[in-house]
Amino acid sequence: MTNTAVIDKAAPTRNVRYGSMSRDRTWALRWSYFFLTLFAIFSLVPPLYMLITSFKTSNEISAATNPWWIFHPTLSNYVELLTSNQYIRFFLNSAMVSVFVVTITMLISVPAAFALARMRFWGSATLATGVFLTYLIPDTLLFLPLFKMFVVFSDWTGIQLINRWYVLLIVYPTLTVPFCTWIMIGYFASIPKELDEAAIIDGASWFQTLTRIFIPVAMPGLIAATIFAFTVSWAQFLYPLVFTTSTDQLVLPVGIITSLIKGDVFNWGQIMTGALLGAAPPLIIYAFLMDYYIAGLTAGATKG
Amino acid sequence: MADVTLRKVIKRYDEVEAVRGIDLDIADHEFVVLVGPSGCGKSTTLRMIAGLEDITDGDIMIGGDVVNDVPPKDRDIAMVFQNYALYPHMTVAENMSFGLRLKHYPKAEITSRVTEAARMLDITDLIDRKPKQLSGGQRQRVAMGRAIVRNPKVFLFDEPLSNLDAKLRVQMRIEIKKVHQKVRTTTVYVTHDQVEAMTLADRVVVMNHGRIEQIGTPNELYHHPATRFVAGFIGSPAMNFVPARLEEVGGKLHIRLTDRIGFPLPESRAARYQNVARNEKLLLGLRPEHITEANAHLEPGVETFDTVLDVTEPMGMETLIYFTLEGAQICGRVNPNAGARDGGPLRLAVDLNNMHLLNEVTGVVL
Repeated sequence: MTNTAVIDKAAPTRNVRYGSMSRDRTWALRWSYFFLTLFAIFSLVPPLYMLITSFKTSNEISAATNPWWIFHPTLSNYVELLTSNQYIRFFLNSAMVSVFVVTITMLISVPAAFALARMRFWGSATLATGVFLTYLIPDTLLFLPLFKMFVVFSDWTGIQLINRWYVLLIVYPTLTVPFCTWIMIGYFASIPKELDEAAIIDGASWFQTLTRIFIPVAMPGLIAATIFAFTVSWAQFLYPLVFTTSTDQLVLPVGIITSLIKGDVFNWGQIMTGALLGAAPPLIIYAFLMDYYIAGLTAGATKG
Repeated sequence: MADVTLRKVIKRYDEVEAVRGIDLDIADHEFVVLVGPSGCGKSTTLRMIAGLEDITDGDIMIGGDVVNDVPPKDRDIAMVFQNYALYPHMTVAENMSFGLRLKHYPKAEITSRVTEAARMLDITDLIDRKPKQLSGGQRQRVAMGRAIVRNPKVFLFDEPLSNLDAKLRVQMRIEIKKVHQKVRTTTVYVTHDQVEAMTLADRVVVMNHGRIEQIGTPNELYHHPATRFVAGFIGSPAMNFVPARLEEVGGKLHIRLTDRIGFPLPESRAARYQNVARNEKLLLGLRPEHITEANAHLEPGVETFDTVLDVTEPMGMETLIYFTLEGAQICGRVNPNAGARDGGPLRLAVDLNNMHLLNEVTGVVL
């Protein structure tokens, strides 16, 4: 120890600024702030434009004035939408579908992930990969065979599912279950094996191990999966467009398009207002659960 | 509380035989330590007793009942894991009472048992904390508390101290011994640390390659090892082994190490080795404490020789010395004032009253 200290003192003084850690870090920070700002502008301008437009009358929107300024602010778009039974119906349909889909997804994917991650059975590894592979099939490829399936189903049983909002409760989980199962497998796999062994020795059944140990411990992953399932079902456009047509069965994204675009007349003010209000629920959920969401995603990333 | 019996227990994973037919009787109240190098099958054996691993063949009995196909929760055992395995979302009290709550014990009973165990382990102040707010030693106490409150027939410990630093390990070792003295539950304890095995056990089971090498009290294993593996594994620094053969000089039995060094055997030993073939390849086993500096006055059976030391390690109360004999590195323990120095000459005394003679080929102690 003393030897090296002596040698250090004898050596010529180094230029401390050159290549030092803090200097590298400062530059990394500057660059990251630069790109973050760029990205923030890029992603925030459209919603800002929507917000501005939502406070304008139809006349002002079509007038050739500065689109970034409101000359005659109005709340009429909001008032009209929020007092319109149709819009409230769309909103409720969306909410109902999303809540049910999230519930169904969690009820299927959490036990499935637990079984695939922990109960070693014949073919469990293959099955786990298979679950993920199904997620890779684009949903645009699936709506035709799905539609056909429901037609055949109704021919055989007489139960009509097409053009009922609850058909979406069957369709959406085909998108959400594989991905949520995959997230939860990764999260469950990161829980040390001794924890379930301890629970089993303590006298817990598999089901009790899941509900009393795994679900509480994996709560961040569970919330990440919940947010994902909610976002998918809230924002889904193609499937509801295909499977539902009557106005009272529509969900928000499709409802706005079909009811506020009449022929070639676009009611831009209300479209923007409707879309903004529709974006509010996911935004509120994100804001409250963001910390969990990030924790869940990173855990899945390193241990998947 | 109960005795544990293993009869010809075998564990096979596909092609690999991890445990190759173990017979073991653990008496009620006994503290038995399974010790051996990694991969010797000790943890697998413990996990089979716990029911976390199926047994391929043989029988395991707890309290006289065969439990081969009984699930872990019905075996009435408690286990302490190497990484503690505390439930991270529960407080210390909830962790300890989890098993009792699953079995729907009355609330008052649970509280009294948890309080009692916490008092015994000195963790009463920590009862409302979460595991992540605890130090390693505290977590280990909670893990033990979780086992104690269940009041099981058998405690199983799977290398519980190997995640702790050296100082804490010694402290917790004493703690575990104290707990066992109080609750007297039959205990099976797995470790790779022979010091832990020696200090804790009523009886030590030394395992190697899926078999039991020897079972005995710590002193039996130390003074009367049955095989070269046990002789070399138990004791630190390890026992020295030097190639040797027996010869007869003037009607008396001698042991010859090198052309230069050979000693007459003491009376007690000579009789024991009389029937060993003179040309057989043997190993002389001597513990470091039986190689010391030569005094003016020699006890019977103590012989001297001169050597040049390679390295010395001053430990304070003693100095470890290393030298080479017939290509083997030999360790001895001498008085710090004996004048041992790196590369220096020293006259050494070997205590042949405590020697072991081993067959070099079979490794069996003669």
